Amino acid sequence: MITMSVPRFWRKQVARYNLIGTHCTNCGAYYYPPRNMCPTCRRGGKLENFKFSGKGEILTYTVIHTAAEGFEKQTPYVLAIVKLEEGPSLTSQIIGDPASMKIGMKVRPVFRKLGQSGEKGMIYYGTKFVPE
Amino acid sequence: MSAGIVSYGAYIPRYRIKVDEIARVWGDDANSLKSGLMVYEKSLPDFDEDTATIAVEAARHAVKRSGINAQRIGAVYTGSESHPYAVKPTSTIVAEAVEATPVLTAADYEFACKAGTAAIQTCMGLVQSKMIDLGLAIGADVAQGAPGDALEYTAAAGGVAFLIGSKESEFVAVIEDTYSFTTDTPDFWRREGMPYPEHGGRFTGEPGYFKHVTHAAKGLMEKMGTKPEDYDYAVFHQPNGKFPSRAASMLGFSKEQIKPGLVVPKLGNTYSGSCMMGIAATLDQAKPGDRIFATAFGSGAGADAFSFTVTDKIEEIRNRAPTVLELLANPIYVDYATYAKHKGKIRLA
Repeated sequence: MITMSVPRFWRKQVARYNLIGTHCTNCGAYYYPPRNMCPTCRRGGKLENFKFSGKGEILTYTVIHTAAEGFEKQTPYVLAIVKLEEGPSLTSQIIGDPASMKIGMKVRPVFRKLGQSGEKGMIYYGTKFVPE
Repeated sequence: MSAGIVSYGAYIPRYRIKVDEIARVWGDDANSLKSGLMVYEKSLPDFDEDTATIAVEAARHAVKRSGINAQRIGAVYTGSESHPYAVKPTSTIVAEAVEATPVLTAADYEFACKAGTAAIQTCMGLVQSKMIDLGLAIGADVAQGAPGDALEYTAAAGGVAFLIGSKESEFVAVIEDTYSFTTDTPDFWRREGMPYPEHGGRFTGEPGYFKHVTHAAKGLMEKMGTKPEDYDYAVFHQPNGKFPSRAASMLGFSKEQIKPGLVVPKLGNTYSGSCMMGIAATLDQAKPGDRIFATAFGSGAGADAFSFTVTDKIEEIRNRAPTVLELLANPIYVDYATYAKHKGKIRLA
């Protein structure tokens, strides 16, 4: 079960739906999730919104057998660190057979349910990945 | 001022269950069901897929296939009988996920299996009156059928999105005309808060499906002065394989005309996506100049008939997104227990 407050999820909702992060035009770095300030350039940074292609590869992964509340039905499932082709990495569930996962595997984004706040609460949607 | 299909996109989850497996659990005769229904397997959603995620994937395929700027979309209507929320639109989720927000109108539709074609008709009116530039009409469902009920053999998951516009240079198919036939016929329903629909058994056939489909189809052909032989292809709402085959024969359409759009044997009934999936599968292989006749049916009850002519542009955009046959390929078959888990029929404490 996701216990994040509704406004907190909503603030970054567009970033989760469409992989929108930030790009510093001063140093060229890309960030996901989006940042308000470039940690390298500090005050000299110039950040703009950037939509990632969603193409990436699995840097590393683990197979979850003992799930957090609300995810019990999905076990075993794969949680991975995905490195996007533009540079930044993010943690995401990978849809597919855990036995077929490999480090370095190419992935693409899909739109899925990330979780929900019980039966009465919000349903949270966003990006997960599937093997290419 | 004409309206037309500017693009289309479909989505089908990868999981399938065979009719034999469902029949094994309930002690039914699989061979008699398969020959009676003309359905052999059906799709089912992944754990984290619902009508909203299916609608988004179909809509993204439609936008990708067209190559248009999604900011041109002035309306999003999603037809479904399995919207994830009772109150909170699916269409806003779709609009945000295809980056069409914020200057647009949006609403969710429900008319059993024909809510998606009702959305097409709404978009036709809006684009022809110049109220909007492009409209996105979606039919998507994770169809419900109670365990052990006849519907369980066919209730499937999938969705289709059509981008409707009025600029003739953008059309992949001209919508020549549409005609609807609607009466208050209680052949199928689901009450608020109930997980599964109820239906009138055989009552869904003659007074429901066949009466409405044939009246709408004949009405459109009379209005346009066309005959079945004027069309290259025909699509009828496909709750199973038998009903559309019989409707086609009653109206004078041949088996060859309905063949490309008859996707139900390997897919099942995707409810609001059903007829639109047939139209999409037909567009996947139609040639410029081909004419397509389609009639959607929704219990409750009503039918929407359409007449399309495919344009040269179809060849240009067809391969930019997956075809229905590509989406049906490489299925992952599951047993009934896994199916029950995927569909939430097993409730964890």
